[in-house]
Amino acid sequence: MTTAPSEVEETGTDERVLPDSPWVTIVWNDPVNLMSYVAWVFRSHFGYSKAKADELMLAVHQEGKAIVSDGSREAMERDVEAMHGYGLWATLQKADE
Amino acid sequence: MTAGFSPLRRGGAHAQFEPAEAGLLASLARQVVELLRDGVPDPQVAEADGDPLAQLVGVDGPPDPPDDPVLARLLPDGYSDADPTAPHDDGGELADANADFRRYTEPGLRDGKVATAQSVIAALHEAGVDDPDQPVDVELDADGVQSWLRCLTDLRLAIGTRLGVEQDDEDRWESLPPDDAARGMHEVYDWLGYVQETLVRTLP
Repeated sequence: MTTAPSEVEETGTDERVLPDSPWVTIVWNDPVNLMSYVAWVFRSHFGYSKAKADELMLAVHQEGKAIVSDGSREAMERDVEAMHGYGLWATLQKADE
Repeated sequence: MTAGFSPLRRGGAHAQFEPAEAGLLASLARQVVELLRDGVPDPQVAEADGDPLAQLVGVDGPPDPPDDPVLARLLPDGYSDADPTAPHDDGGELADANADFRRYTEPGLRDGKVATAQSVIAALHEAGVDDPDQPVDVELDADGVQSWLRCLTDLRLAIGTRLGVEQDDEDRWESLPPDDAARGMHEVYDWLGYVQETLVRTLP
């Protein structure tokens, strides 16, 4: 992702937990998409708070990828399809991979 | 140069483009439409060995990713082994999953991207993109903002992939001669990012 990030709210606790569902949607970093846009997609599609969306966006940017949702294989295929519609690079895989 | 988008009090966003800027946007959007349409496989060929149920309801897409790297980025695989810790020998399971995913999702993804680009072209025409003497005022409602955000993303993905843009590579483009075509295209790419950034900032 690219360009300066907007201000990020500091969160005291790490809300991420290990997914207990069998499949996960992963969004991968790409050099094209704007950080602000990626965070907006996470808010818009998943209904995440600004803090959670920014946290996931930064994880994608800094760690190269982030798990953005978990659930059934069918639900993850729908999430991946939606991410592709937004132009994000997303894939699904089994949670334990 | 346009100052980009600003929010409207009643919701949505407004931007004023110079005629050349609006013409460029319309031209790029048309090229994406053509690219997405040109790559559609011949349905007669696809019918030869597709899923009979999918053929019946007419949703069967191709099992293989497009050869063109731009199309492959716009229409990516759904499953990945990019994680080096993932098992490499899965007996073709990954390839099968990707082929199925693509068959069922790619036609809709293509149609959605084409419709999005066409709505941007339509908005530019409505705003008078064909008049070379007048600034082009684009007013978008909430749906229009969504379409423009998606379309600007697709335009940047197309140009960025064609140019081979990488993370934090600004120096590479600035070191090119001023008349280099790739440098000019990268300036367009940056400009699209600027316009998109202003549009994201209008969102509540």
